[in-house]
Amino acid sequence: MMMPIQTEHELHRRRHSRNVGLGLVLVGFAALVFGLTVVKVRQGDLMEAYDHQPRVSLTPREEAVPAGREVGE
Amino acid sequence: MIDTHAYEGAPEAEFRDYVALLKPRVMSLVVFTAFVGLWVAPVAVHPFVVFCSVLFIALGGGASGALNMWYDADIDAVMRRTQGRPIPSGRVSGGEALGLGLGLAIIAVMMLGLAANWFAAGFLAFTIFFYVVIYTIWLKRWTPQNIVIGGAAGAFPPMIGWACATGGISIESLLMFALIFFWTPPHFWALALFMKEDYHKAGVPMLTVTHGRAVTRRHIFGYTLVLAPFAIWLGLTSIGGPIYLAVAVLLNALFILGGWRVMRRNEDSAIADGYATEKRVFKLSLYYLFLHFLALLVQHWVGT
Repeated sequence: MMMPIQTEHELHRRRHSRNVGLGLVLVGFAALVFGLTVVKVRQGDLMEAYDHQPRVSLTPREEAVPAGREVGE
Repeated sequence: MIDTHAYEGAPEAEFRDYVALLKPRVMSLVVFTAFVGLWVAPVAVHPFVVFCSVLFIALGGGASGALNMWYDADIDAVMRRTQGRPIPSGRVSGGEALGLGLGLAIIAVMMLGLAANWFAAGFLAFTIFFYVVIYTIWLKRWTPQNIVIGGAAGAFPPMIGWACATGGISIESLLMFALIFFWTPPHFWALALFMKEDYHKAGVPMLTVTHGRAVTRRHIFGYTLVLAPFAIWLGLTSIGGPIYLAVAVLLNALFILGGWRVMRRNEDSAIADGYATEKRVFKLSLYYLFLHFLALLVQHWVGT
């Protein structure tokens, strides 16, 4: 007589717990990065990174040079 | 009937086995002290950034816990208290713990850099390095002062929290470090006196084994004396105040008294009452640290 293959096993429960756990961690991480982005943009933080060409918005702000003085003096 | 097993020996890991690798109980101390360090700092930080920073500091702590369990699997397999940990029990392989630890360490450091600043991130990276390489790999098996120097790793989190807000180090954050650093030896040695574990068999030099229990008792008292001035000094800085000072004076007086009592006893009287004094001092040490940092929070809340 053939026994049907038992589909539910302790092993499956353990794997299930790993899959669900990892899934929740990944969703949580995505939510965290999204939340951080919202907060940083609202605070006006610099959110751009170097993108292979110089841009004015990325260069450090230059201090105004007092009259009569030149850079390098 | 043939019963076919898909596996033999140790069962496959569950999710909670990977969580156990991160030492969640140690993490709770990291979370609390890092949060206090961040919160009492004189720079206002958005609450969500505070949440993320503390989370990534805790994740870095968890990563070093996993790396510690990877390296210490041989010791853990010998001592009864640690035999049930994921690696010695065979549920998680050593390589998996190493990979998880390294991966989480990189994620934690990079994310802390993005959430807070790169000084704090570098500090976290250094803390993980210190705990895993300096403490676990080098000092723990080499010197009975392992607890003292290893305590630095546990003392860094409030400094990292402070660095998240201010981007640097100051006397307040150094004193928070000193508070945990000098608290660690009496805390652990009090535990070592009544938890008679087989460190000797595992090859770990503990002060109780290498120098004897009488010396350990003297060391406990000595460290409570060293600790007190730093705890009081913290109350005189910009984050201290009358509430913190009152708590600190009371707790340090109790802790010194406890250390004195532990030193005055010998093994015979300790065995006679089942290490009652040692256990009381250990319990007091837990309250000691928690209440000091809680007092800092309260002091910050009512104003310094």
